Amino acid sequence: MGVNADPLLGGEGFLTTTIETLANWGRKNSLWPMPFGTACCAIEMMGVFASRYDLSRFGAEVARFSPRQADLMIVSGTITYKMASVCRRIYDQMPEPKWVIAMGSCTCGGGPFDSYAVVQGIDEFLPVDVYVGGCPPRPEALIDAVMKIQKKIEMKGAPVV
Amino acid sequence: MSFDFEQAVSLLKTEFPQDILDTKEYRGETTVFVNSEKIASICGYLKNNLDFTFLADLTAVDYLEIKSPRYEVVYHVHRFGVDCEENIRIRLKAKISDKEPTIDSVVSIWATADWLEREIYDMFGIEFAGHPDLRRILMPEDYGPFPLRKDFDVRNREASKESFEKALEEDTD
Ligand code: SF4
Repeated sequence: MGVNADPLLGGEGFLTTTIETLANWGRKNSLWPMPFGTACCAIEMMGVFASRYDLSRFGAEVARFSPRQADLMIVSGTITYKMASVCRRIYDQMPEPKWVIAMGSCTCGGGPFDSYAVVQGIDEFLPVDVYVGGCPPRPEALIDAVMKIQKKIEMKGAPVV
Repeated sequence: MSFDFEQAVSLLKTEFPQDILDTKEYRGETTVFVNSEKIASICGYLKNNLDFTFLADLTAVDYLEIKSPRYEVVYHVHRFGVDCEENIRIRLKAKISDKEPTIDSVVSIWATADWLEREIYDMFGIEFAGHPDLRRILMPEDYGPFPLRKDFDVRNREASKESFEKALEEDTD
């Protein structure tokens, strides 16, 4: 992006940019999360959305419970194999471009549940962008993950269809 | 009016002399071992004649290599009263063997047994004869093993993965 304020070119000036940059700038600052909370980590995620930690400072407070309106999936909580197909289906229903945060030890690698029912890391069936360790992670850690997603969008972006 | 607990147990014994096998007292809790074939009539008697209207819990234990017969089905039944002392709980245990573990359902006596029996079936593979809808309740319906049996490896995720992949395929169809 560049700013051109030359009075010869029209007084108040104008911006030059590319469609991609502009679109990604908008995406990065208005992430709409799909909160996929299945266990204790979801409580911490709610804390992040609420006023004390206030994710709206990063433009990502509009939690959408319809995957069609979301572009960031925050998977927070233990994912069992029975739930995994639901999780995958919701991910598939989200429109492109989309990103995934794996919040908590459970989603990163099964956490304390080395058992017959629990998926040992959601990257078995989802493309994860950012992993957040902790059981549960501090709200600051989730905010950091959202900021990492913003960085990623800024650096790598996504095509404008 | 306080409820005489001893009397209840002795009433049970006189009503079912052959089928009350043993009673145990531990820390003020009474456990009655009963003949598993008579479980439905014993439970019916407890509810209809002695007012044990509430089935607090229904579960099972696998005593593989510890006891024989292998399984015990455990019933916690409760009787409500106006006074604290009239609130009484009694525990029934029925032993059932390894080969085709089956016991009569008590759904017709306490409706709450419906899901509890389904959970036991899901986890231990114990069949409840006369249950209206004996399906798995926690694990996927096409799941094979019974995960709380002691000879099942709790870290074995193969069957879960299979069900998961099948569910994914159904989604894409
Ligand atoms: S990582 Fe810990 S806090 Fe988070 S869902 Fe798993 S057990 Fe709960």
